[in-house]
Amino acid sequence: MEFKTYVFYFLSAVLVYAALRVITARNPVHAALHLVLSFFSAGGIWALLQAEFLAISIVLVYVGAVMVLFLFVVMMLDINMDRIREGFWNYLPLGAMVGLLMVLEMGAIIGTQYLGASEAQVPQTPAGVSNVKELGRLLFTEYVYPFELASVILLVALVAAIVLTHRGVKKSKYTDPAKQVFVKAADRIRVLQMPAEKQD
Amino acid sequence: MMDMLQQLIQGFFGPAWPVVWNLLKIIAVVAPLLLGVAYLTYFERKVIAYMHVRIGPNRVGPLGLIQPIADGLKLLLKEIIVPSGSDRWVYLIAPGLAIAPALAAWAVVPFADGLGVANIDASLLYIMAIASVGVYGIILAGWASNSKYAFLGAMRSAAQMVSYEISMGFALVTVLMVSNSLNLTEIVRAQDQGIFAGMGLSILSWNWLPLLPMFIVYLVSGVAETNRAPFDVVEGESEIVAGHMVEYSGMAFALFFLAEYANMILIAALTSLLFLGGWLSPVGFLPDGFFWLAAKMSFVLFLFLWFRATFPRYRFDQIMRLGWKVFIPVSLVWFTVVGVWMMSPLNIWK
Repeated sequence: MEFKTYVFYFLSAVLVYAALRVITARNPVHAALHLVLSFFSAGGIWALLQAEFLAISIVLVYVGAVMVLFLFVVMMLDINMDRIREGFWNYLPLGAMVGLLMVLEMGAIIGTQYLGASEAQVPQTPAGVSNVKELGRLLFTEYVYPFELASVILLVALVAAIVLTHRGVKKSKYTDPAKQVFVKAADRIRVLQMPAEKQD
Repeated sequence: MMDMLQQLIQGFFGPAWPVVWNLLKIIAVVAPLLLGVAYLTYFERKVIAYMHVRIGPNRVGPLGLIQPIADGLKLLLKEIIVPSGSDRWVYLIAPGLAIAPALAAWAVVPFADGLGVANIDASLLYIMAIASVGVYGIILAGWASNSKYAFLGAMRSAAQMVSYEISMGFALVTVLMVSNSLNLTEIVRAQDQGIFAGMGLSILSWNWLPLLPMFIVYLVSGVAETNRAPFDVVEGESEIVAGHMVEYSGMAFALFFLAEYANMILIAALTSLLFLGGWLSPVGFLPDGFFWLAAKMSFVLFLFLWFRATFPRYRFDQIMRLGWKVFIPVSLVWFTVVGVWMMSPLNIWK
């Protein structure tokens, strides 16, 4: 076995363990942390497949931004685990069906690749070709319309999120920072000259 | 003589040689870095002391030069206290999560042309990714301590670091756009070309001049990212004692301290590489070399300390305003300007 294979099995073992802990951990913060670990291991596996851009992006986007905000919210919630567990048996049939469907879908994809293993090899990037450059070139030439469309949809989602949470103009007292910056000492205090008073 | 020695060592380690060689390279970067961190604290105390018309540390060793070592030893010998009611594991892992990214990012930093642990094509992306992981140490420390002050510090730092990462990212994207590469070595080499570099004045060809707004945005965001004054509300001692570090003691506390200073040195190194021409010499008749990078890094670090001695602490809403309402629009506009500039006949980055 190659050294790479050992690395793959190590990363996969960590990934599977972390993914399991995400759904079994009692503490929601621990679950979120295990999700971070599983993203990280997935990134490692992608790096092993020479998809360096994807590997770095998952760390940059999911670990570095999405999960930080996720953790931010989870940490502030006071989640009562017993109440969440109440509906476990009611939701079990639906959850099991979704899970089974996902296993079947994955099996369909991996199974067909496995049966035709000879043509499903991971293409090796030739030396001197930058993964990132090629991806960028493709995104802005062949896939430019879907790419721009996706960004517009994201922008719409962004605006929608702000509209949904916006509660109108704040009625509270507000000072304009620009005005604050230009305040001079003479605007705020007046220095008075007072002769010393005599004590009688 | 050196070749014979190298062959002898290679023969001794056999197939394990690449591993040993890489370990040696890592040690050669990390050991001076940690020493640099120790003496940066000394430098900081001295600089701020002189700005306050004081003397600063002057008791331990000549001119107080052994002070950082004494501080380190003291912290090493102190007990690590784990508060009751804290999440023990997360509490103990958090300092490690703070220091690991601060050190891991150095893997791709080139110190001179071709001198560095690794020279990978996507090194700028790698640094962005690793730097964005650094916030976990602070958030988890705040949460696991089970203390209000620590938790408030963690909340503040999460909001602040996520906000300033965006404008920092835009600054980096502009740099990679004009350099046409994600590789830090290539970015420095690209700064050695241009009209002024041809005239022997490469200092005017470095990115800081054509990308001046981005340079300022990057530098100030760097100060905010490392939670340094005037952006240090995360550990604002007048309100929340020491923020996320309030429950930590001994070596666990020292790791947060190390991480903060290692991050400062990293930001200084990146600013020098991306905007100040890295190891390039400012004028044509002087040779390029590592000492130029070291000099530029020291200058940027001095700026960090100067800011701390000069500016009062920002209020939290002002920090958020600066990040979202000033820096992001400025960087977006300049990003567009540079894009148009590059497409126009006046393009200077060819």
